[in-house]
Amino acid sequence: MSVAPTITADGELLERARKAAASVVDPEIPVLSIADLGVLRDVRIVDGTAEVTITPTYSGCPAMNLIALNVELALEEVGFVMPRIKTVLSPAWTTDWMTEKGKATLRKYGIAPPAGKASRRALFGEDEVACPRCASTDTMRISEFGSTSCKALWRCRACAEPFDYFKCI
Amino acid sequence: MIETPLFAYTLRLADNALILGHRVSEWVGHAPVLEEDLALGNLALDLIGQARSFYTYAGEIEGKGRDEDALAYLRDAGAYRNILLVEQPNGDFAQTIIRHLLYSAFAHPYFEALSRSTDETLAAIAAKAVKEMAYHIRHTAEWAIRLGDGTDESHRRTQYAVDELWPFTGELFETDQVERALIDAGIAVDPASVRARWSKTLDEVFNEAALVRPRDGYMQSGGRSGRHTEHLGYILTELQFLQRAYPGAKW
Repeated sequence: MSVAPTITADGELLERARKAAASVVDPEIPVLSIADLGVLRDVRIVDGTAEVTITPTYSGCPAMNLIALNVELALEEVGFVMPRIKTVLSPAWTTDWMTEKGKATLRKYGIAPPAGKASRRALFGEDEVACPRCASTDTMRISEFGSTSCKALWRCRACAEPFDYFKCI
Repeated sequence: MIETPLFAYTLRLADNALILGHRVSEWVGHAPVLEEDLALGNLALDLIGQARSFYTYAGEIEGKGRDEDALAYLRDAGAYRNILLVEQPNGDFAQTIIRHLLYSAFAHPYFEALSRSTDETLAAIAAKAVKEMAYHIRHTAEWAIRLGDGTDESHRRTQYAVDELWPFTGELFETDQVERALIDAGIAVDPASVRARWSKTLDEVFNEAALVRPRDGYMQSGGRSGRHTEHLGYILTELQFLQRAYPGAKW
């Protein structure tokens, strides 16, 4: 998301497209917008219609097709005709692109947000993961794989709450 | 059929990922515990996702209008180019884990190198895959250690799996004319360049798992040029059933 509204003839259109695309949520984590997730990479106006670029979290993320469709619908709803949705793989998505607002939203929803930076994690393993319920860092990993590709299963030793942890990659 | 080297190469990468992904997906609903069921489902999903990207690109290179589905569902066994290792039966849990460890320990450094390919699309697919394969190594290495250094029974089965699958590891490092030119052009990765890392990963895991690394002897070969074990036909029978029975069916 590097596109800021520019003062051009397309400025108003761009702002409208950006807002519509950014309103689409991850179907598996419906509190998190694709903008906060870092999946929305670019919005531009080409030949009078919107062109939106998205990137998958994981190669096999089954939510991508639905996200692309929902972005298309959101753009059509605000008046764009035949909007184009492009999927790019490079640069590869990283949890470092998740916004602070997105992380706070996840925590409130009961999912521990990714801890630390992806590059650090690759070198040193998991940082402390705080329980989204009681905030204790006395937590343990149950399984590196959870209900979706992007999550792992953890448990809090302090309050006994089992919870999803959004993996840091 | 005349294939360009880039098409043939991309297809091999795709077929490895799809066939192993399908094999692992056969565990879904049958894994020893729920957490492992989810884990295996996730591993399979990563591989099938990687396969989709490689197939889509292979179809573009070929330029005959074949998409990922046409390449996955409408080719017979002889046209598949995966290595024999990935089509071997799931066997018991130890065999599934060891097969996956042998592949991931190779795929992780291989994709890391491929992410520096002069071919932008291959580099992009590999850059995503390398993050995923890191999890695959960790998960299967943890299990290999738990099983190898576990009970007498789990140790015996895991060592058996290593011994049975070892003759299929030679094919990981084969190259042929198709790949040579691509390697020289900086498009493909020379598998010999990742052999030391593969070997080191396995030595570390085997050492901790109290498993004995077999000596390199006769190695099985043929999958990369379409000569497969009998197992692939059975995989495709199930994988391709819907498109064979109802051609063109869509979700």
